[in-house]
Amino acid sequence: MTTTQQIITIGMAVLATVLTRFLPFIIFPSGKEMPKVIQYLGKVLPAAVFGFLVVFCLKNVEILSGSHGIPELIAVAVVTVLHLWKRQMLLSILGGTVVYMFLVQLIF
Amino acid sequence: MNKNGIIKRSLLAAFPYTLPILAGFLFLGITYGLYMNVSGFGFVYPMVTSMLVFAGSAEFLLVNMLLGAFDPIQTFLMILMINARHLFYGISLLEKYSGTGLKKFYLIFGMCDESFSVNCSVDIPENTDKGWFMFFVTILNQSYWVLGATLGGIFGSFINFNTEGLDFAMTAMFVVIFLEQLLKEKNHLSSVLGIVLPVVSLLIFGPDKFIIPAMIMIFAALILLKKPLLKGGAAI
Repeated sequence: MTTTQQIITIGMAVLATVLTRFLPFIIFPSGKEMPKVIQYLGKVLPAAVFGFLVVFCLKNVEILSGSHGIPELIAVAVVTVLHLWKRQMLLSILGGTVVYMFLVQLIF
Repeated sequence: MNKNGIIKRSLLAAFPYTLPILAGFLFLGITYGLYMNVSGFGFVYPMVTSMLVFAGSAEFLLVNMLLGAFDPIQTFLMILMINARHLFYGISLLEKYSGTGLKKFYLIFGMCDESFSVNCSVDIPENTDKGWFMFFVTILNQSYWVLGATLGGIFGSFINFNTEGLDFAMTAMFVVIFLEQLLKEKNHLSSVLGIVLPVVSLLIFGPDKFIIPAMIMIFAALILLKKPLLKGGAAI
């Protein structure tokens, strides 16, 4: 690829990404009455998206091979227990990450 | 209260929420910069793409595209598909981002999985400004990513500390945000759908193609199940 072609390729990636980000705001500008269904989705969607993001992060975990997702399972359990116990966001994240690093570096 | 005081307080209030992202983004950013580096691109490439594209998986894929044959249309469509989840975030943030003035452009431009989750889930602390708080969350997150990508591009090959597994910080953050949502809401249906439907889609379509079907399933389920979803108060 020439440098110009590289710049065009990167430009296309920028354009596509910017489009996905701005589209909802272009279609439904603030100040204008939003359709009922979009108002409703804006309310119920975030909860589902938070779940989706957890699955998205773990999408490459192989259940049938490798470490069978055991380090991920243990680390997610540690995060959950820590969080339900202390409810300190940073502590839960730190605890889970340290356990996960220990597991993947030294055990699995 | 003076304006600078509020801006400063917003920054100080935003920073702790970005700490897990600092860990995750520096690590992933360095990995990305290193990947660019070993693929034969100078540090300017990861630096510029992390500033302008700022979407992790799309950037990694972009490296492959830059190495392959020139095909701008395919690049456009592929990146559009990978980043389609931003449409989700936009719809969820329409109200939250309104009334933030010129900052809104950057809030939208810099909206990533992590900034979306923080801005969407956090109750904006008192004595801070909503717009500035969300602005700092967004710009701090992006600076970590740009910093990581640039450092990775320059020094990537010199790192010898075993960082394997550090990126789990981000998974852990999403788990915590999901837990907080479960603890906060009265009606768990949307949260449950948000786990079950993507898992079903993942099992059917595999990790590379599950995003769009999962989104369609979620949209369809939320619209079909409107009545039970609104029972016992809204999901939020």
